[in-house]
Amino acid sequence: MIRDITIGQYYPAESRIHRLDPRVKIVCTLLFLVSLFVQSSLLGYVIATVFLGAVIKLSKVPLKYIVKGLKPIVILLLFTVVMNLFLTQGGERLVHFWIFTITENGLRTSVFMAVRLMYLVAGSSIMTFTTSPNGLTDGMEKLLHPLNKVNVPVHEVAMMMSIALRFIPILLEETDKIMKAQMARGADFESGNIIQRAKAMIPILVPLFVSAFRRANDLAMAMEARCYHGGEGRTKMKPLKYKTRDRMAYVITVVYVAAVFAAGRFIDFTLWIF
Amino acid sequence: MSIALEHINYVYSPGTAYEKQALKSVSLEIPQGQFVGIIGHTGSGKSTLIQHLNGLTRATSGRILYEGKNIYEEGFDMRWLRSQVGLVFQYPEHQLFEVDVLSDVCFGPKNQGLSQEECEERAKEALDLVGFPEKYYRQSPFELSGGQKRRVAIAGVLAMRPKVLVLDEPTAGLDPKGRDEILDQVERLHKETGMTVILVSHSMEDVARYVERIIVMNRGEKMLDGTPREVFRHYKELEKVGLAAPQVTYVMHDLKERGFDLSPDATTIEEAANEIMRSLS
Amino acid sequence: MEMIHAEKLIYEYDKRDEEGNVIGTNRAIDGVDIDIPQGSFVAVLGHNGSGKSTLAKHMNAILVPTGGTMWVDGRDTKDPAELWNVRQTAGMVFQNPDNQIIGTVVEEDVGFGPENLGVPTDEIWKRVEDSLRSVGMIEYRKASPNKLSGGQKQRVAIAGVIAMEPKCIVLDEPTAMLDPNGRKEVIRAVEKLRREKKVTVILITHYMEEVIDADQVFVMDGGHIVMHGTPREIFSRVEELKSYRMDVPQVTMLAEELRKRGVDIPRGILRREELVEALCRLR
Repeated sequence: MIRDITIGQYYPAESRIHRLDPRVKIVCTLLFLVSLFVQSSLLGYVIATVFLGAVIKLSKVPLKYIVKGLKPIVILLLFTVVMNLFLTQGGERLVHFWIFTITENGLRTSVFMAVRLMYLVAGSSIMTFTTSPNGLTDGMEKLLHPLNKVNVPVHEVAMMMSIALRFIPILLEETDKIMKAQMARGADFESGNIIQRAKAMIPILVPLFVSAFRRANDLAMAMEARCYHGGEGRTKMKPLKYKTRDRMAYVITVVYVAAVFAAGRFIDFTLWIF
Repeated sequence: MSIALEHINYVYSPGTAYEKQALKSVSLEIPQGQFVGIIGHTGSGKSTLIQHLNGLTRATSGRILYEGKNIYEEGFDMRWLRSQVGLVFQYPEHQLFEVDVLSDVCFGPKNQGLSQEECEERAKEALDLVGFPEKYYRQSPFELSGGQKRRVAIAGVLAMRPKVLVLDEPTAGLDPKGRDEILDQVERLHKETGMTVILVSHSMEDVARYVERIIVMNRGEKMLDGTPREVFRHYKELEKVGLAAPQVTYVMHDLKERGFDLSPDATTIEEAANEIMRSLS
Repeated sequence: MEMIHAEKLIYEYDKRDEEGNVIGTNRAIDGVDIDIPQGSFVAVLGHNGSGKSTLAKHMNAILVPTGGTMWVDGRDTKDPAELWNVRQTAGMVFQNPDNQIIGTVVEEDVGFGPENLGVPTDEIWKRVEDSLRSVGMIEYRKASPNKLSGGQKQRVAIAGVIAMEPKCIVLDEPTAMLDPNGRKEVIRAVEKLRREKKVTVILITHYMEEVIDADQVFVMDGGHIVMHGTPREIFSRVEELKSYRMDVPQVTMLAEELRKRGVDIPRGILRREELVEALCRLR
């Protein structure tokens, strides 16, 4: 059923990673992504692999979930590999036929790019797998809090995000219902050219919008009735507070980033190739 | 001229963690012209069942015969079936979308490929059948009252001139008078046109008052099937699955227990009053 | 002390044409006087469009009267300084279970009200636990509201109101979209609250069976209160109720039918046992 789709693909489990403060996960994920792009040494990648592997292991998210998350980028991945493989020149020529040449540099760049992309997706999906959508919005709200001073309505935006998360499954189900109701009146959504198909969407979209507005109206009223009046003077049921494990996580990530940097800077990478 | 279901099974999201068998080997036949009630609590499979009748949901296994023809056979015209078996969903007013009442009711006939004049003729006929006043034909459907919106939505299905009308909880959210008005209208429709009517309802009192046959669904299976009297005689079994008989049936059983000489099968106020009068005299 | 007190309450809103120009006014509430004592259970009946929901929304200051005055626990709802006090005093539960749950996790939704009131974190947790327990939903505290049944969602909504510790709960057709089992769940939860927490309950409904236990019943029509009394008094006036598009419980109807046929039983029978007793006495 449509309602069972979990938006943000949260994987509920009790793990050290799950228990971390969402802010830690957001910041550390960003650091990890940066670490992938600022270096290109083999040792650096080895360190990144160990780090990522350890985090996945700790998170208790099955590896196959993470691999599944890579599926949507397969085409992009292939494209990147092929482009880098043939277009990057320099270094020793490895293969040559017709107009295609594969060089040592090309091979290295394409492998590194592929690894980068995969780690990028895997790293950020670890964050979404281990943090509930609400945790994410809470973390964002707190992290972006300083922006309040320059009149960015951080609390309101976070509230909007979490309401959207709650209503997406409901509206999906509603779409399904309206579609069936119009099909029962003989509507046809499958045949015809693009214009005809777009026109066929009107009997779905109009009721859907009407319903979304009605829901928005009801919800606003329900929130007011429960004394909602913006972020001011509001307390939190689950306030974000850094604990020892969160500080530890920051330290470990910073050490990791430093190690990756050092690997690229001080150790001659050519030594490590092949 | 009937609908027949043969061993219908339906499984939701097979192969996933959410897999659930919604219908288990359901077989039944509904002859043309019958007024049938389907009862069962939420999740009993009744809504899934009626979506099979017009082919909106496809059975995992089993056969459905409409007028003797297998609807799952290659080349069977599903859109034609949907115009023959008109399905009115719960809160049907949520599907209204056109600028005025008449155009909205025309949507069904238009999908059948009829000309503008024919569409309007059928729309007017359908609106007339549900007792919708002509002076509001050009009004936006969104400005009508709840009860009127619902009439328009039902007319939207009737305009296809179905032979079978399936109504899922047509009185949900209406006030008592609105509820009676809609059901009276449906009953009149059934009498005047000889249409088969299948009414899905939570209200035992409503079902007992209007239908000639009740099908009870429980956990995806057909649990009972018979006249209201036959079905409500099993009121103890109904209670076990979270359903109940009409209030008057309980009164009759209580009276019998207290030594009244009467048959406790009454399911409507009229029947109960007659039986009590007989035993008192 | 009156929990809810209204004098000559009027609520008017503008009627607009398609371009948004005002073409007149509609009166949804027309001169309503109402008194609801603290701790009582009051039911308001009325057909769709009778003004009963508009009246309910006045008790929570979602709407403020255009004429007359409404006091909630002695506070004038028109006074902007009292707005949040009024809303905290009179909690409100609405009809559509999906459209009033804000949180993506049950316990977070229940905590929403206390958070808005600025209740300290530890206290919020205590209140959330306590109110989920009192509506029997504690084992679902970590669940997603989307996976609950209609009756369960409404009980969560009630818990969300209870967590704000109101003196009074206004339920605006809380069972209209539920199946019979869901309706029973919700009504049972409300009864339990009344017993255990001694809150004033105002139930707006058109299910006659739900009002049998009320201390007093108001019937609304066309923005007026047209009938007022105990359930027994109200339900003995079957014809009058029907003229306001209302109904009576089936047992009451059967008793009335028997009376019409000359059987000597009292008016206003509400429960099955009463009817059976009355008939047994006749033999």
